[in-house]
Amino acid sequence: MLATLVIVFREVIEAGLIVGIVLAATQGVSRRALWVSYGVGAGVLGACLVAAFAGELASLFEGSGQEIFNATILLLAVCMLTWHNVWMAGHGREMAREMKSVGAAVAAGQKSLLALAIVVGVAVLREGSEVVLFLYGIASQGGTSQSAMLTGGVLGVIAGAGVSALMFLGLLQIPAGKLFSVTAWLITLLAAGMAAQAVLFLQQGGYLQFLQSTVWDTSWLLSQDSIAGRLLHTLIGYSDAPNGLQLIAYAATIAIIMGLTRWEHARHPRGSQIPNPV
Amino acid sequence: MVRVAFAALIFATVAGAPAFADDPIPVTLQNHRFTPNVIHVKANESFAIHLFNKDATADEFDSTSLKVEKVVSGNSDGMVRIRPLAPGKYPFMGEYHSATAQGVVIAQ
Repeated sequence: MLATLVIVFREVIEAGLIVGIVLAATQGVSRRALWVSYGVGAGVLGACLVAAFAGELASLFEGSGQEIFNATILLLAVCMLTWHNVWMAGHGREMAREMKSVGAAVAAGQKSLLALAIVVGVAVLREGSEVVLFLYGIASQGGTSQSAMLTGGVLGVIAGAGVSALMFLGLLQIPAGKLFSVTAWLITLLAAGMAAQAVLFLQQGGYLQFLQSTVWDTSWLLSQDSIAGRLLHTLIGYSDAPNGLQLIAYAATIAIIMGLTRWEHARHPRGSQIPNPV
Repeated sequence: MVRVAFAALIFATVAGAPAFADDPIPVTLQNHRFTPNVIHVKANESFAIHLFNKDATADEFDSTSLKVEKVVSGNSDGMVRIRPLAPGKYPFMGEYHSATAQGVVIAQ
């Protein structure tokens, strides 16, 4: 039961932290709960499909199908996170103002919600497919009693969701004026970490076979196996032994998001786009 | 622009065939145990483990120190490519049966 609890907890928390950031980043946008639940639902469905066809998926691309698939959905999430941040740079002020008027539907905000729903879907799909495969394996094994497994799984989901909820509530303690700039940074680092992870998958799949040597090793300081190491890995892409290409992908993602954000910000100068009511 | 760049990256990587290391090391997973469970490799050279999963259910070859995670379905096989390693010991496990599925790569 404990093994089931631990593994389910670990996967749930990794997806849950991402959902928490998305919820905080869309604080005040109407219908966001609906979009996030679409993302979670699609992710769960996708996880079951990926688990059911794991063998077929793996055999694609000369045996590198799984790595290509993981890298592709991670890069899709990176694009969606980038898009959200750039969009917020152009419309954030407008949105913050409309948040104050009760029940204002942010029509354009729905587009950004679609992007973030995709991010949530990808996160749930990745972690969920592992949970499904793991639980299926135990269920068909019959050694552990099924009820103990179910108990462990349910407790794992509750614990993982609980920790994610705590982080979300923590984020909401940030004053409204600063919340969006904090979530913009969190999303930037989340995207950078995902890009670095995608590089790792492509290298594991036999592509991009260069700059593979470890640049530094901080496992003595904070192991990626520890709980803090895992949380930081999910949140900001912490790696205790990154390789050269991963570091380049990480830095390039931050640079691209910051560059596009500034460019978009400059296209929407204060007051010209949005008539200031004050 | 970003999307175009990433799409180009994906196409560029997908277009070429994946690189295979010379002579992958065969490892069998049966009854949720690895054979061999101690693997000696040369330091600073990339290599690959060809994992044959003889169990009925899937397992994930997982190692944070080796920086790999690969699901191998039941009664199936998969290639696990590993980057050049500094000399040292690198534990790995079958994540779904970690009580018994344990092993270590020793690079020297």
